Amino acid sequence: MTCWETVQAYAFRSLGFGENLLPRSDFTLCQQITLIGSGMLWNIYFGVLALAFGFFLAVAVALAKSSPRALVRKPAEWFVFLFRGSPLFIQFFLAYEALQMLPKAGINILGITVETAWTTRAWAGALLVLFLNTSAYAAEIFHGALKSIPKGDLEAAEAYGITGWQKFRRIQWPTMLRLAWPAYTNEAIFLFHATTLVFFSGFPAFRQMGDALYYANYFADKTFNPFVPYPIVAVYFILLTLLVTWIFAVVNRRLNRHLPSNVKSRIRLRPQLIR
Amino acid sequence: MFASCADPKSIEGLTWAMCYLTSGKHLDFYWSFLTVLLLLALTAPAALAMGFAGATAARSRLLPVSLLGKGYAAIVRGVPDIVFFLFFVIALDQGLEYLKSLAVCENPVWPWQGLEFRVCPEAKIPLGKSSAFWHQAYGFALAVFTFALVFGAFAANVLYGAMNAVPRAQLETAEAYGMSHGQVFRRILVPQMWVYALPGLSNLWMILIKATPLLFLLGVKDIVYWARELGGSKTQAYEYPHPDWRLWYFLGLLVFYLLFTKVSEIVLARISARLNHGQATAGGEALRKAAA
Repeated sequence: MTCWETVQAYAFRSLGFGENLLPRSDFTLCQQITLIGSGMLWNIYFGVLALAFGFFLAVAVALAKSSPRALVRKPAEWFVFLFRGSPLFIQFFLAYEALQMLPKAGINILGITVETAWTTRAWAGALLVLFLNTSAYAAEIFHGALKSIPKGDLEAAEAYGITGWQKFRRIQWPTMLRLAWPAYTNEAIFLFHATTLVFFSGFPAFRQMGDALYYANYFADKTFNPFVPYPIVAVYFILLTLLVTWIFAVVNRRLNRHLPSNVKSRIRLRPQLIR
Repeated sequence: MFASCADPKSIEGLTWAMCYLTSGKHLDFYWSFLTVLLLLALTAPAALAMGFAGATAARSRLLPVSLLGKGYAAIVRGVPDIVFFLFFVIALDQGLEYLKSLAVCENPVWPWQGLEFRVCPEAKIPLGKSSAFWHQAYGFALAVFTFALVFGAFAANVLYGAMNAVPRAQLETAEAYGMSHGQVFRRILVPQMWVYALPGLSNLWMILIKATPLLFLLGVKDIVYWARELGGSKTQAYEYPHPDWRLWYFLGLLVFYLLFTKVSEIVLARISARLNHGQATAGGEALRKAAA
């Protein structure tokens, strides 16, 4: 099998297309690079969707957390504490077991039977956990940013007669995003790293359709040689990290475009590896 | 454990629960919490030491040493650490066995042959005939070393930043008094850097706590292993038959971790207050004002 044929057979193996049987002997470098790259599709799927949905929940939770009313503030505080205070690994296990408790036959809501079996599959269940988890971490970041909006800005807004929704939309929201963005970039990077945990915790890989680390682990187990597959995953992730940093830097430039160049906030990588 | 537990099928209610929770496997489960604490107790100082060495190396005036230190701190940031965990444990194991095979085997060969890793039986670590305890202990030692290596890189990052944060004037004053580089480092830089390093190090400690369930992936029989083992549904063939209780066991683990991080948070806040005491920083100023 030439390398091009391998790519054709395995490039979308992680999604269930192409050759069904994974290679079993005579592993080539091409197979490893192709299959692990195919697994990266799952990492990108989990990361992008969790971030996209999580952003909105995070803003809502951050606002709730800064509310003066305890009835709104307390649930938000508990949500953040629950997801930031416990390991993501345990959250995956717990969510998987909890989702399995749902009745197998489906739930009857107003005469319509809602299927529940799909919730225990990784694409839905793990995405839900990652979504809630990144919302909690990002909510803490946004909450911190809301707290550090300069007092003078808010007073100036009120002096101009801007209040309520207008004040949030025009003053708090853009400043919050600008202040939170460097930390949020780190959150995004480490969320992508966290997606590698999915298939190692609770959620089984359906028909051997797994993520990059799942295939790397498969090769390492079969060949007894960790020195090839794991560095391949590492290179893929360094590339993904660079891409994410670049995209977020573009947004960061846009958020800071009105400021003189010497006060713009630079994005610095901070460790927040395991959740 | 108790005499009344001799025949578990005939008892029920509270007695059953008490007997169930003190069965031999449950005692192993409780001991595994100590495994986690032991891992933390061993890893935290080891990672701090490696981080200190890394940060000191990164500040070195010799270019190769400085590059080594900086490279060490930088490499773990682009790559998910679980990759390191999976990689190092097997790579270290194979590396050690290869080195040992060079020393003890009759005619050592290159061990990566085709789809196998093969060394002579004498070079196995631990030896095939050693007890299960040694296999567990060896696995645990590899895990501790891997954790220390990965978290050491993060600590190196934090400490390097903290060393740079110590005001330049402090070091220059010490040099003006005629202290050597070593003396400046020991007497001025290191005592003052902790207050700058503490936020980063407390963050790292929280991350370390939350990384401990990964022991399960490294093949150590830790709390996650036992929670899965004990929670799975048990048929009548077992002494204590019960349906699938894994949800409740994992809920227990979740509460354990939440309590652990909460207590850590409170303790770290106290340490931070103590370190800030009398420092010429905003934190120290806030403390002074609160007291006055």
